[in-house]
Amino acid sequence: MKDKILLAHGSGGKLAHELVERSFVKAFDNPLLAKLDDSAVFDFSGRLAFTTDSYVVSPIFFPGGDIGKLAVCGTVNDLAMSGAKPLYLSLSFIIEEGLPQSELSEIVVSVQKAAQEAGVEIVTGDTKVVHRGSADKLFVNTAGVGMISEGVDISGGNARPGDKVLLSGTIGDHGIAVLSQREGLSFSTQLESDCAPLWSLVAEMLSASPNIHCLRDPTRGGLATSLNELAKRSKVSIRIEEEKIPVREEVLAACEMLGFDPLYVANEGKLVAIVPDEDVDKILKAMRENRDGKDAVIIGEVRAEHPGRVVMKTCLGASRIVDMLAGDLLPRIC
Amino acid sequence: MKFISEFRRPELAEGLISQIHRESKTPVRFMEFCGGHTVTIFRYGIRQVLPPTIDMVSGPGCPICVTANVDLDKAIALSQISDVIVATFGDMLKVPGSRSSLQEVKADGADVHMVYSTMDALRIAEDNPAKSVVFLGIGFETTAPTIAASILQAGEKGIRNYYVLSLHKLCPPVLRAILDSGEVKLHGLICPGHVSTIIGSHPWEFIARDYGIPCVVSGFEPLDILQCVDMLVAQVENNESRVEIAYRRGVRPEGNQQALKLMERVFEPCSAEWRGIGEVPDSGLRLRKEYQHFDAELAFDIEPGPTYEPVGCICGDILRGVKTPADCQLFGKACTPEHPVGPCMVSSEGSCSAYYLYGGGF
Repeated sequence: MKDKILLAHGSGGKLAHELVERSFVKAFDNPLLAKLDDSAVFDFSGRLAFTTDSYVVSPIFFPGGDIGKLAVCGTVNDLAMSGAKPLYLSLSFIIEEGLPQSELSEIVVSVQKAAQEAGVEIVTGDTKVVHRGSADKLFVNTAGVGMISEGVDISGGNARPGDKVLLSGTIGDHGIAVLSQREGLSFSTQLESDCAPLWSLVAEMLSASPNIHCLRDPTRGGLATSLNELAKRSKVSIRIEEEKIPVREEVLAACEMLGFDPLYVANEGKLVAIVPDEDVDKILKAMRENRDGKDAVIIGEVRAEHPGRVVMKTCLGASRIVDMLAGDLLPRIC
Repeated sequence: MKFISEFRRPELAEGLISQIHRESKTPVRFMEFCGGHTVTIFRYGIRQVLPPTIDMVSGPGCPICVTANVDLDKAIALSQISDVIVATFGDMLKVPGSRSSLQEVKADGADVHMVYSTMDALRIAEDNPAKSVVFLGIGFETTAPTIAASILQAGEKGIRNYYVLSLHKLCPPVLRAILDSGEVKLHGLICPGHVSTIIGSHPWEFIARDYGIPCVVSGFEPLDILQCVDMLVAQVENNESRVEIAYRRGVRPEGNQQALKLMERVFEPCSAEWRGIGEVPDSGLRLRKEYQHFDAELAFDIEPGPTYEPVGCICGDILRGVKTPADCQLFGKACTPEHPVGPCMVSSEGSCSAYYLYGGGF
């Protein structure tokens, strides 16, 4: 039984301390966490962004990542989408008893790597262990704070008619990679999740031009849902072109097989940006020079008519509405 | 060859569209029988690019949509029997029956499993020997052979707790019923692709022969549909009516003999109730006598209670091609994909859902 997480690991007693000190403090080595006080204490001045998200992906390991990497990238990306440089994260585990310790260790290593890549520190955390059946292996919550530079004002309500819509790369990779591993659905694919921290991409876009109006990472609900949110918040319409949207052939094939539309499939390492027409060239250039934006393209533009609508020019030259995702088309993927 | 992007190439589409515009002189109405085709037509805006001479109307080819309320009520009643697990394809969960939906009874504690394949349902039966597993056999000739295979496998493995509620429907008989009613005048039929993969193109011959209506079997990509429309236009303009296949990569004239044999071994035709269309002779499938111990209808005492149809819903008229979702007072107001009143708004292949998602209010 030694290699399994027991209820006692979450009790606050000896086993719990052992787990925290041997696994977490060691892996996330930083002075703020090492103090093991009830809160992490740090100095700060300027504008702060603060966000939180919970992760319940099933399975917890998938091609191209795992729940730990996802929990870091997701929160880092939420900060980045406000134009904030991510600084500190909290990390909470809710563990179902019986989870192999080796799997937890693997996830801790993955969290550490992703945090390092994203340039953030894990400065506080918590662990709870629940009875079998009360959770599905492992749930993770992260919260994060980040700093917004002077002159940066990014919000879903800032899109203006005439703006251009940029997409950083192919859509649907994460959702399909996770689904391919699902029990009862497993199909073989070379596809990997695109899960990645996007701050370095955003930082380079902002240095090309601080005038970015909106940023979104199209996670659950996919590109279609993000664009609908932006159109509604900004009271504008967004017109996109089907032909311009990059989708891998494997994703197209899997979507056809499962009856999905790639526009609604989740991403974890992509962003959509709405930027003023006069700045689009330099921002696109900066994106293409970054690893996470090398396939960036202009997919459409913002218009004044039909506020709140997203309209797509299809490959036949016709137009159709792109609505939000209705209900829960997909099982848990983030 | 890439089987998807190759069939969405804009330059090829453009060529086909201009050819259709050049050739189409006579005003015609074509029906796409299949819900999958309806989705393609709306998703790519095919109606917009066709000339005004061509009127397109959607048919009853959505298995979820044509399932009668009384049958939905039976499925829900089965889920209320203790130690019964109901296994079903996902689309069925949200469809409202007379009083409830499988999704709602599931939230209240009924054991309802969503499966991706019939064989998953059989596996659930193997894993839960103390319970009875009822698979909802919904679908056309496309899914019936796989359900037949699951029954044969259950027999071979001696699995005694697996049952099927057979609500299967057959396509050619219902088309005959629609054409005989004379409610809708058609000049061409886009025949279903997947159904024809199983049954072949021969079973459509009677439509061309007896009713003089051109028939073309189509695939599901936008270029497939455009090619199919182009072939229908050519037949109309040349005053011909025959059955052609525009989906050669998926359909042979004789169909899939192995699948047909499986289906015929386990099932026999019976009369079936279609939503909006009523009872159509020989348009359903029931288990043959030697497989009757797998029949959920015989194995359980099902009490579905009285059947109610939703007030104001015109799904039935829409399925017959007599009305369109735009004619419905509930459409987009009381009835949306989030709060569906009728099945055509629930199913991903339903006409109302396709109208709403891809064209609603635009």
